[in-house]
Amino acid sequence: MLQLLWLIPAIPFAGALLLMVFGPRLRSKAVAAVGVGTIAASAIISLLVAAAFLSAPPAANAYTQTLWTWIDAGGFHPEIAFYLDALSLVMIVVVTFVSFLIHLYSTEFMRGDEGYSRFFAYMNLFVASMVTLLLADNLLLLYLGWEGVGLCSYLLIGFWYQDPANGRAGQKAFIVTRVGDTAMAVGLFLLFHSLGTLRIQDLMHAAQNHWAAGSPYAIAAAALLLGGAVGKSAQLPLQTWLPDAMAGPTPTSALIHAATMVTAGVYLIARTHVLFELAPPIQFAVAVVGAATLLLAGFSALTQSDLKRVLAYSTVSQIGYMFLALGVGAWGAAIFHFMTHAFFKALLFLAAGIVIEALHHEHDIFRMGGLRKELPVAFWTFLIGGCALAGLPLITAGFYSKDLILWSAANSRAGSAGLWGVGIAGVVLTSLYTFRLIFVVFFGQASTPVSRRPGAAMLIPAYVLAFLSIVGGFDKAPFAAFMATALPALPELSRGITEAMSSAAAGAAFLAGILIAWYVYLRNPAASRSLVANPAGRLLHRFWFADWGMDWLYDRLFVRPVVWMAAANKGDVIDSIYDGLARAAALCYRVLSLTETGKLRWYAAWIAGGSVVMVAIVVFL
Amino acid sequence: MLPIREGLIVAGILFTLGVVGVLVRRNVLFVLMSIEVMLNAAGLAFVVAGTRWRQPDGQVVFLFILAMAAAEVSVGLALVLELYHQYKALDTDAISRMRG
Repeated sequence: MLQLLWLIPAIPFAGALLLMVFGPRLRSKAVAAVGVGTIAASAIISLLVAAAFLSAPPAANAYTQTLWTWIDAGGFHPEIAFYLDALSLVMIVVVTFVSFLIHLYSTEFMRGDEGYSRFFAYMNLFVASMVTLLLADNLLLLYLGWEGVGLCSYLLIGFWYQDPANGRAGQKAFIVTRVGDTAMAVGLFLLFHSLGTLRIQDLMHAAQNHWAAGSPYAIAAAALLLGGAVGKSAQLPLQTWLPDAMAGPTPTSALIHAATMVTAGVYLIARTHVLFELAPPIQFAVAVVGAATLLLAGFSALTQSDLKRVLAYSTVSQIGYMFLALGVGAWGAAIFHFMTHAFFKALLFLAAGIVIEALHHEHDIFRMGGLRKELPVAFWTFLIGGCALAGLPLITAGFYSKDLILWSAANSRAGSAGLWGVGIAGVVLTSLYTFRLIFVVFFGQASTPVSRRPGAAMLIPAYVLAFLSIVGGFDKAPFAAFMATALPALPELSRGITEAMSSAAAGAAFLAGILIAWYVYLRNPAASRSLVANPAGRLLHRFWFADWGMDWLYDRLFVRPVVWMAAANKGDVIDSIYDGLARAAALCYRVLSLTETGKLRWYAAWIAGGSVVMVAIVVFL
Repeated sequence: MLPIREGLIVAGILFTLGVVGVLVRRNVLFVLMSIEVMLNAAGLAFVVAGTRWRQPDGQVVFLFILAMAAAEVSVGLALVLELYHQYKALDTDAISRMRG
């Protein structure tokens, strides 16, 4: 069964090719069949592979499938090879399964769109790239998948390209992530230069053998990889692209910009965890980046009025939790949270898509309201997703995974009570902004009439994901045991915060968030208005609304100087040298052409004078 | 035997006269005649040099120059006739349509 591994990326890729070439000529039913069928096949194969892997674990708990040598140049011969262990297995199962559900949802959501086949071609290509990224045996193949998902992200953000704003959002996402990717590419060069291989497993062994903990090489390599991860996973300081990425169709936001692609950075760090363990300052930086991001994005989410932007900031914030877990060495907890987050965040986006579609593409939450009765399915699924996101104790998956991260942050050698406190504060924020959304959108007065109700293709994925958002967290213990076959255990150091205390604090934080949201948005709506009305509140609101002024800052720091330089150098300074040459030649031509008068006697005089000069030169020199 | 010094001075004077004639005269016929003077100056220089080295080559070259001059004059006169047909004039400055 494990030999089928290569089919998991190959089938969606074939589907993408098919749809790119023949898509516009196929009927939409056929397009949907190809688009969803390939992903379904991929998901089934990954389940089969998982079953085979679990029932008969291969030697050393890892399976490598080498297809062919990609490049053979001197000592550099990366292969097209797939590496399956507990980490990549969990990732591909979640990715293919969630992708399948979202593809199914898209068949209805995108119905009637003129880019129907284009949409599925991009989505299939995305799944193929993502699985390649996850299964890659060497960092070069991983980088191929990494750039592939970036490309698909760009294509899908700007999917409705007739609106220039969407195109700009796509470009922003592409350029901002490119900053991180450049750092990552430099990191790959550094690793290959100093360790002589890009095969991840060999690389990790070599790093352990050649580099002492805290050696400058290890620190540089880990920092560069962190740069790539930060860009792709929308963490500080490169998080600005993700909220704008919501310009894409909602299924895209659900799949790429919430459930799967943006967690690629988490996967990269978990995959190369040895490097980060060898570079304690950088590992600490991962935790700090995560903690800072989860707080800042939480505050920004509080002020947004666009339904999808709130969810985008919450994605940034939740990936901050994963980074926090990675930073304290809780590798398994980060992947656990990735899994539950994929379920409930995809669910939230799908429910949001139902709402948005039902209200004629209305995104402003303050023009919604009262949808509880009108769209009961959207309400219940959104409520379940929201509870999982905020961490409703004991019931939802999000609680278990977040709880594990919080406890790890407190009880790891790399952790601290401060990081734990930030995590708890983040829970309050998460619960607050989640229930703000739920109360504003689904309670209160209805203000926009419902024009369209979802069909089966949109409801089934929502039901399945709602189910998974609840039960996905009950497998905490077996999951941890399974992850331990691929990732090292948490370096524990008790700080007197027991698991029960941590859970109780998280539960209390969740309740506090709900209560504040209930008081401010349901019980006493005047309170929120008066909060925003006073000058300090208004300033803070504007500041958070603009994502802590990061876009403004980057605009001033990078965009404007570059635009100014481009404008100043419009004539191209270097080119003016060559321009000058051409101009000098033209001038000479003009002067010389003055001598061509048509007067025979002048010509004779020039010839005579010239001869005299030549003879003089020959005779006297 | 011709003294080389004086012979060359006479050739130089003749050549200069020819050049001045070409540059100063505007009538095409006179330009042609001036060219003949220049050719003969060159021929004289050859003959003088030939006697200086006691070689017949100078006089042989002069015969060549004569033949060339005859050919040149026949072509030149044909052109002059054609020009006269076209422009009804023999003034070189009037025939200056080919300019840059």
